[in-house]
Amino acid sequence: MTSETVNPISHRRRLPSMSVLGPILALVILIVIGALMNSNFLSSGNINNVLSRSAFIGIIAVGMTFVITAGGLDLSVGSMAAFIAGLMILVMNAALPTLGVGVPIILLGMLTALLAGVLAGMLNGFLITTLGIEAFIVTLGTMGIYRSLVTWLANGGTLSLDFELRGFYRPVYFDGVLGVAWPIIVFAVVVILGEILMSRARFGRHCAATGSNEHVAHYSNVNVNRTRMLTYIMLGMLVGVATIMYVPRLGSASASTGVLWELEAIAAVIIGGTVLKGGFGRVWGTVIGVLILSLIDNILNLTDLVSPYLNGAIQGVIIVLAVILQREAKAKG
Amino acid sequence: MTDDPILALHGVHKSFGPVEVLSGIDIVLRSGEVLALIGENGAGKSTTMKILAGYQPATKGRILLDGQEVRFGSLHEGEAAGIVLIHQEFNLAEQLTVEQNIFLGRELRRGLLLDKKRMRDLTRQYLARLNCRVDPDTPVSQLSNSDKQMVEIAKALSRNARVLIMDEPTAVLTGSEVEVLFEQVRALRAAGTAILFTSHKLGEVANIADRVTIMRDGAVVRTDIVAAMTEDDMATAMVGRDVSALYPAKPGVLKGGSVALQVQGLTVPGHAQDIGFTLRHGEILGIAGLIGSGRTEAMEGLCGLRPATMTALKIEGQPVTIRSTADALDHGLCYMTEDRKLRGLLLDKGMRVNLTLQALARFGRILIDRKAEDAALVQAVKEFDIRAGSADVLVGNLSGGNQQKLLLAKIMQSEPRILIVDEPTRGIDIGTKQQIYTFLRALAAAGKSIVVVSSEMQEIIGMSDRVLVMRQGGIAGTLEGDHITEDAIVRHAMGVGADTDERAA
Repeated sequence: MTSETVNPISHRRRLPSMSVLGPILALVILIVIGALMNSNFLSSGNINNVLSRSAFIGIIAVGMTFVITAGGLDLSVGSMAAFIAGLMILVMNAALPTLGVGVPIILLGMLTALLAGVLAGMLNGFLITTLGIEAFIVTLGTMGIYRSLVTWLANGGTLSLDFELRGFYRPVYFDGVLGVAWPIIVFAVVVILGEILMSRARFGRHCAATGSNEHVAHYSNVNVNRTRMLTYIMLGMLVGVATIMYVPRLGSASASTGVLWELEAIAAVIIGGTVLKGGFGRVWGTVIGVLILSLIDNILNLTDLVSPYLNGAIQGVIIVLAVILQREAKAKG
Repeated sequence: MTDDPILALHGVHKSFGPVEVLSGIDIVLRSGEVLALIGENGAGKSTTMKILAGYQPATKGRILLDGQEVRFGSLHEGEAAGIVLIHQEFNLAEQLTVEQNIFLGRELRRGLLLDKKRMRDLTRQYLARLNCRVDPDTPVSQLSNSDKQMVEIAKALSRNARVLIMDEPTAVLTGSEVEVLFEQVRALRAAGTAILFTSHKLGEVANIADRVTIMRDGAVVRTDIVAAMTEDDMATAMVGRDVSALYPAKPGVLKGGSVALQVQGLTVPGHAQDIGFTLRHGEILGIAGLIGSGRTEAMEGLCGLRPATMTALKIEGQPVTIRSTADALDHGLCYMTEDRKLRGLLLDKGMRVNLTLQALARFGRILIDRKAEDAALVQAVKEFDIRAGSADVLVGNLSGGNQQKLLLAKIMQSEPRILIVDEPTRGIDIGTKQQIYTFLRALAAAGKSIVVVSSEMQEIIGMSDRVLVMRQGGIAGTLEGDHITEDAIVRHAMGVGADTDERAA
């Protein structure tokens, strides 16, 4: 076109677009509303509480960001978490007579969770990449499988960690360093590593290329199947990590553990500005998405302006709004 | 032929924001006349066509339909007025059948239900007029590019177009399909339709058009009857400089050049069998053949992009095995795809990400060095003369020629020693072609080995030191030196080459 001048390699300086500002703005508004409505909102106790509860979904959502960026989807993470929690409790209870209460049995439990997560992720990844089945179908299937397995393991009821063991394991959720709870610290580490991996590392670039156009990625020497496989394995492992933080909280697992976590994680990813059909993702955005969802819940519980029963409705509105904003930004941009 | 203008633009300007892409265009389409609109990529042809068809409003100026000034509110009003635009990128619903596509949005009904029988019969009629033998029930996704083009034209026929505007209709067609298309164009012309088309192939323009309008930098530089111009005149007017030396001089065959690549018994299941050839340092080897002769598939198989077997493969005299693109790149062997939009570039990403994607390891083992990437982009923009408004522009918004130059720059990031380029200049303007040819020849002169796969006969003849002609998945002949002629290539490609040219094989 006539606008083409020779070799202008200038980066245009401009205000960040609505897709960047939107989620941040929403978060700030929520914090202001919360602070105005309840003086306890900004207390360290409440902040710790909100962040700790966010950590499970948050850790999973970071993994989900990679899966979605690479053009995939995983609906099985909630059931997977429940299944891993059940498995972890069974293994620890079974090892109790031999290992006794102590650090080794906790480590065994953690190892079980991580291993189970990696294997579950591998199974999803294998079915999706090697066998070439739609991610939606595969993970819908494994979602049902894990949910049913944990119900079966618990015989329809609840699997409980041995009482003594629970007391020993409890600090992993409730204690922390310098007043910051362990789940928050783990969440922060996962986020920082995830952000670096996504925006600075080859792997993140490969995920975005794969999700953007897998043919182009294939022709550009990107191993598309391996990239996708790795995203599912990573997500499975992070589900394991989240479960490790979750089990000491209640010390039990049942058929209702982790219900709808997959949708909350996906919602957080989308609210954060990652494109649902893949090709573009940002981990920091996902963190904001998770915080927005948790804060809505928290504010509704702390104030009596709107019934907490309407939590889901408000979250639903936010999710749809986020996608509309994304589309507007795309149309302009 | 009548002299009444059906559709005309007078002094039309078009701006996108502060950028003026058309400055005072005058174009006249007459009933029963074929007008060719030519110009380099980015000259403003596409915008002109969109304004003619009512896809986009003009910023300034008048659009006259049958002498009356009109203002199309939407493309439906354009279509209602009998103006049909056929896009270069097809506008077909891939999952629907041919018949469903042709009647999409204007389905015939009998009462409340669809009149399928009549739609099918009409579809058959339209396709028969185009000598196109596809079943109306075939899903469009299963059609070849040329059949899709025919379906688009059938769609225009079904709309009784008075004005038919075609954006590079022949870009995806083979020689015989182009003939079928042109026959149909002549028939439509005889029936009084006004036709406008664009093409980068000046031979076609001379062949089919009555008049030609030449655009450069958003303005019409010349309009004349075709008979008054030579192809050279057209090219010169388009580019604004003399382009008679489109192809760089060949250095003469380097008989003594050592062998860089030796392939034996390359078989790609379903596409190519028992391909064997050698490639010397400093040589440009052309691979010609009809579309579907297995050229692309054979090269993709060689480079690890699709499953293939070989009885022997030697690079620099060493036996090597290639199972993936990573293996190929390790041995300095690199393939540049023919399809820059679907296989070559990430259209929704910027230039930096695209440039470094294939050679990302060079920019850091785990973490990527952004500064090095930016430096590489600055370097590539300069070396390949990539013209983009800003470094942040999405690659999908670049013109075809600039996309192709970026694709070449991207491939060169891997520093290939053996470069296979597939349709390196498809759908780009003559000025950019010249730049790419010069670059490839310079690369060969620097001792690299190059394979050019192309459907464009002139390109094969102009660029190649040696030519392999493929036919039905095998090598039908090899031509060298003065034996590289259009006639010889066509004979081999069509399987009738076994006479005077045989000694050259």
